[in-house]
Amino acid sequence: MQRSGRRPLRIVLAEDSVLLREGLVGLLGRFGHQVVAAAGDADGLATAVDTHDPDIVVTDVRMPPAFQDEGLRAAVALRARRPGLPVLVLSQYVQRSYATELLDSGDGTGVGYLLKDRVGQIEEFVEAVDRVAAGGTVVDPEVVRQMLRRRRDPLAALTPREREVLGLVAEGHSNREIARRLVVTEAAVGKHIGNILAKLDLPPAEDTHRRVLAVLAFLRA
Amino acid sequence: MEARTPWQALTRSDYLRTGWPWRSAAYLASGVLTGVPLLLVLLVLLGFSAVLIGLPLLLLAGVALGGLERRRLRLVDREPAADPHRVPDAPGLGAWLKTRVQEQATWRELGYAVLHATVLWPLDLLALAAGIGLPLAVAAAPVQLAVDGHEARVAKTFLVTTYPQAFGAALAGLLLLAVLLHPLAALAGARAALTRALLAPRDAELRDRIGEVTRSRARLVAAFEAERRRIERDLHDGAQQRLVALTMTLGLARLDVPPGGPLAAQLAKAHDQAGHALTELRELIHGIHPQVLTDYGLAAALADAADRSAVPVETDIDIPRLERPVESAAYFAAGEALANIGKHSGARTARLTARHTGDLLRIDVHDDGCGGADAARGTGLTGLADRVAVLDGTLTITSPPGGPTLVRVEIPCSALAAAPCA
Repeated sequence: MQRSGRRPLRIVLAEDSVLLREGLVGLLGRFGHQVVAAAGDADGLATAVDTHDPDIVVTDVRMPPAFQDEGLRAAVALRARRPGLPVLVLSQYVQRSYATELLDSGDGTGVGYLLKDRVGQIEEFVEAVDRVAAGGTVVDPEVVRQMLRRRRDPLAALTPREREVLGLVAEGHSNREIARRLVVTEAAVGKHIGNILAKLDLPPAEDTHRRVLAVLAFLRA
Repeated sequence: MEARTPWQALTRSDYLRTGWPWRSAAYLASGVLTGVPLLLVLLVLLGFSAVLIGLPLLLLAGVALGGLERRRLRLVDREPAADPHRVPDAPGLGAWLKTRVQEQATWRELGYAVLHATVLWPLDLLALAAGIGLPLAVAAAPVQLAVDGHEARVAKTFLVTTYPQAFGAALAGLLLLAVLLHPLAALAGARAALTRALLAPRDAELRDRIGEVTRSRARLVAAFEAERRRIERDLHDGAQQRLVALTMTLGLARLDVPPGGPLAAQLAKAHDQAGHALTELRELIHGIHPQVLTDYGLAAALADAADRSAVPVETDIDIPRLERPVESAAYFAAGEALANIGKHSGARTARLTARHTGDLLRIDVHDDGCGGADAARGTGLTGLADRVAVLDGTLTITSPPGGPTLVRVEIPCSALAAAPCA
């Protein structure tokens, strides 16, 4: 999504560290968004979502009481309970199991998995929030990089350039942005994506959905 | 091979030239020296035990004598006899007494003490008198004659009056000594066998001790594991969150500073460095305890380790969730095997297979490298083999020079009923 298209979002935030919670509230507020509720655990998150009906949920993975993956569990449960609710998960883990489970929940749209480090890249982070809220799919570049290092089916059929393009698609970039980064024309990017979808054997469907499917195929590979 | 006991020594032709005759004699003599005071102590304690305080002391005396006798046994038995007692469960005299009273070994020691005080030491004394005392008395005939001047009554029986007779007797005495030293050693050997039979641990007691050692090692590993988890959590909750907050603050500051100036450049640098620190800290935390192991189990953690390997790894993993210690030990063992491939093997590809069949987890890590890996040469696998062994598992390395290398981890364990792997 373009930055010019930004609209003020009503956000429910779940983060158990007070330091980060306060920081994120300030950061998002600065970009015109409003954190309508900030929860410190998974139960608080579910309650806050029901009370405030937000535009997007931003949650940490690891939260009380057991400090395992409660936040991710809550996110997956929320997406099952309220289809179409955009969820952005902030995580400390590069491991793809987390991202795969999150993206597998629901239809794979309006969902994002970012490393917490990313909140330091303020503008990128806020952009990711916007994209997820608008129904996009965002996977952290670091997670993508880790996956690209592997050479395994079904991605084996892709050329290095196609893998690169697929990685950028997974990060949630538009064709125009991908063209800009790779210094090629938008038409060339479109052609690459067409090839990727064909090689991954994805059924013909509306473009956005096929892109999501490609990302999922990428994560599961 | 050197003789272990007097009995073995007796079968050798050079028996008299070895130290064994004197070791046997010393064993019997020290038996007398311990036996006499022991008899006195037991008599006194028997008197006391009428009023009950003597009983614990009697046990104590038995246990103390047991320890002493096992040490004394070393004179005539080169193989040390182990202590048959367990370590008390709790400190303090009460716990000690409770443990000892319940042990068969304690009562065997008490029985031995009574036997030693009443029968064994007089027997030792008799054997010494007959076996060494008598021949020496006969051999001392010339000395006796010299002292007396006229006549000597050898061994208080027959009379010698001339030096040739006296020296003849001396020679006979020495010959007698040489002969009698043989049954003496035989008797010392019998005494040693009796002592060992009563005071050394029985098989069952040894098994108990091994079980105890295994349990304490398992406790140690569990404590070590818990400690890693704690450190991981502390780093995650503390340093990592603060660093994230720091990069956020620096990121916000950068938005407020006019671009192009020196301050903007400095801030960008600081921001960058904080980011690198965060990445390194994340890797460090993952190395201490990979949270994916707890959240998604061994299968996901192994797949991730294969993802990260410097050498491309083909994976074939089909395992359910297993108990935490098993998952942890297996993960670190397989992870170390993968790390070694990256560091030493020169391999171009590797393969990791993990299966759980019956009640056995088996992980194979293959590579096509140059081989020659040796667990004994400190590849980090030795410690992991120990950790696997605590769970009754094994870690085997097959790595002929020239390769290929196979590291196999096998741990007996049953699948956890709930939640299959993600």
